[in-house]
Amino acid sequence: MGRVLIGKPVVPGEAQGLVVASGEPLSFWGGYDYHSGEIIDRRHPLSGQRVAGCILALPFTRGSSTTTAVLLEAVKAGTAPAAILTTLVDTFFALASIVADEMYQSPIPLVALDELDFSCLHSGMRATVTPDGLVTLLEPESASVIVQGK
Amino acid sequence: MDLNLSAYDRSILAGEHGPAAQLAMNIVMRMAQVYGAEELLDISGAHIDSTIYIGEAGLEFAERLAGLGARVVVPTTLNVSGLDEHGWQDWAVPPDWAEKAHRQMLAYQGMGCIPTWTCAPYQTEWKPSFGQQIAWGESNAIVFANSVLGARTERYPDLLDICCAITGRVPAVGLHLTKNRAGQLLIRLVDIPLELQQEDIFYPVLGHLVGKIAQDNIPVIAGLTAQPSEDQLKALGAAAASSGAVALFHIVGVTPEAPSLGVAFQDRQPERTIDIHLPMLRQALQELSSTDRDTLHMVILGSPHFSLAEFRQLAPLLEGKHVHPDVQFLVTSSRAMALLAKQAGCLQALEDFGGKVTVDTCILASPMLPPSVGMLMTNSAKYAYYAPGMLNTQVAFGSLEDCVRSAVAGRVIRETSRWDAY
Repeated sequence: MGRVLIGKPVVPGEAQGLVVASGEPLSFWGGYDYHSGEIIDRRHPLSGQRVAGCILALPFTRGSSTTTAVLLEAVKAGTAPAAILTTLVDTFFALASIVADEMYQSPIPLVALDELDFSCLHSGMRATVTPDGLVTLLEPESASVIVQGK
Repeated sequence: MDLNLSAYDRSILAGEHGPAAQLAMNIVMRMAQVYGAEELLDISGAHIDSTIYIGEAGLEFAERLAGLGARVVVPTTLNVSGLDEHGWQDWAVPPDWAEKAHRQMLAYQGMGCIPTWTCAPYQTEWKPSFGQQIAWGESNAIVFANSVLGARTERYPDLLDICCAITGRVPAVGLHLTKNRAGQLLIRLVDIPLELQQEDIFYPVLGHLVGKIAQDNIPVIAGLTAQPSEDQLKALGAAAASSGAVALFHIVGVTPEAPSLGVAFQDRQPERTIDIHLPMLRQALQELSSTDRDTLHMVILGSPHFSLAEFRQLAPLLEGKHVHPDVQFLVTSSRAMALLAKQAGCLQALEDFGGKVTVDTCILASPMLPPSVGMLMTNSAKYAYYAPGMLNTQVAFGSLEDCVRSAVAGRVIRETSRWDAY
């Protein structure tokens, strides 16, 4: 087993997948194409990455309050991340996840980590998320850093 | 801390006010727990951003609420929708898309909301007052209501805004509470010439920079010696809410909760102090353009929606001129503001110039631009920020005067000498 990070389960759930991480906040409106799951904010370090089914790590959302609606569309379209890890409790992500639960019984697990733990996350790692907010990083030694935020 | 619900809240949750209110309250309550709220509080107004047609799920949500008989219980304005209800056929909007976007408009209207269809509800008769508790969506509207009007709203995301309007209740957290409205960062303008501060273009550029610096903190801007207009503050806020998550800013001596530095910080110490010098603003100005090329297909004005004052300012610039045949000139506004502008005689000059007005929506909310439009010019930092990613266009950012001059010449022309050191 790899390193275990103890986070706060904002919306509890289970997930596992490839980590895609950046220290740069993102607006999903204008930043996330729910048809493809691609990050399309050309100013963002993760621009061009497809994150459907991945464990997406972003400190928080930025800008437009339409982020929630875009993430809900992604849930319906099957292009949402498997889980989202943040530093702050991000209420935009939380709402999308709660409405996805109310509408489709399909919440996105959300975990808030402290900044030090968040900084351990690098693109290319694999991770599992459990309902109690534990994030287990697998193969941390061999993980290659593909994209890392500023 | 546990969430204490009132008897009224519990009666909604129990379904005594109907199934739509029950669903809405369930979402409000779960969000209150995420926010860590101890209670809910009453609101007396709402602004709904969920009107923008994003896709099937948002439409399904709206139609489910409407189908369950949802009614808003406070005066509720509507943000831009996905199409100009009566003018979308003039543009490249696909008819099947328009049909769905229109169904979404009807769903929200059917809940008793006011069909304002504007992202600048603070420039309508439903403008909130100082201290009023409201639940607003739309980032530029949120930052304006909090900062310039002193009304109190959190950053309500799409889908939650309508739930608050249906229940009349919001989690008692964040910017609803006085203690959370104190400044956190001190941003000092240092040696910024007054002549530059008096230019309209100064405000979106400053806002872009402030948003990048502040992110989700509350900045206090000090050292502004000019008295900005309502539209200048609107441009500043929209820019700061695009490049950052700014929901409230204070400007010492300008905004209502900042008569002095001490009051703006509620007598606390700033967490950080950042000085802004002219070269930083020049850098921010450059960032707002995605290209140096001078090709031009369209000049686009009006994000946030053009006000009557902006129509009045634009009209004389267009007198006796005509837009270049290869360029389109478009202003996005609300139907009410366009009507006022028409009655004030400001639209004739725009029509004679060869320009158009689109209402109810904007180029970011509606798939209205044909693919041949690849190069935009704007004076809006919000359009400049979002267009490259959302529309896959290049953007040149300039002043209103630059936009008009460029539209006539058929290529991008920018006057930048005002940004040079004096």
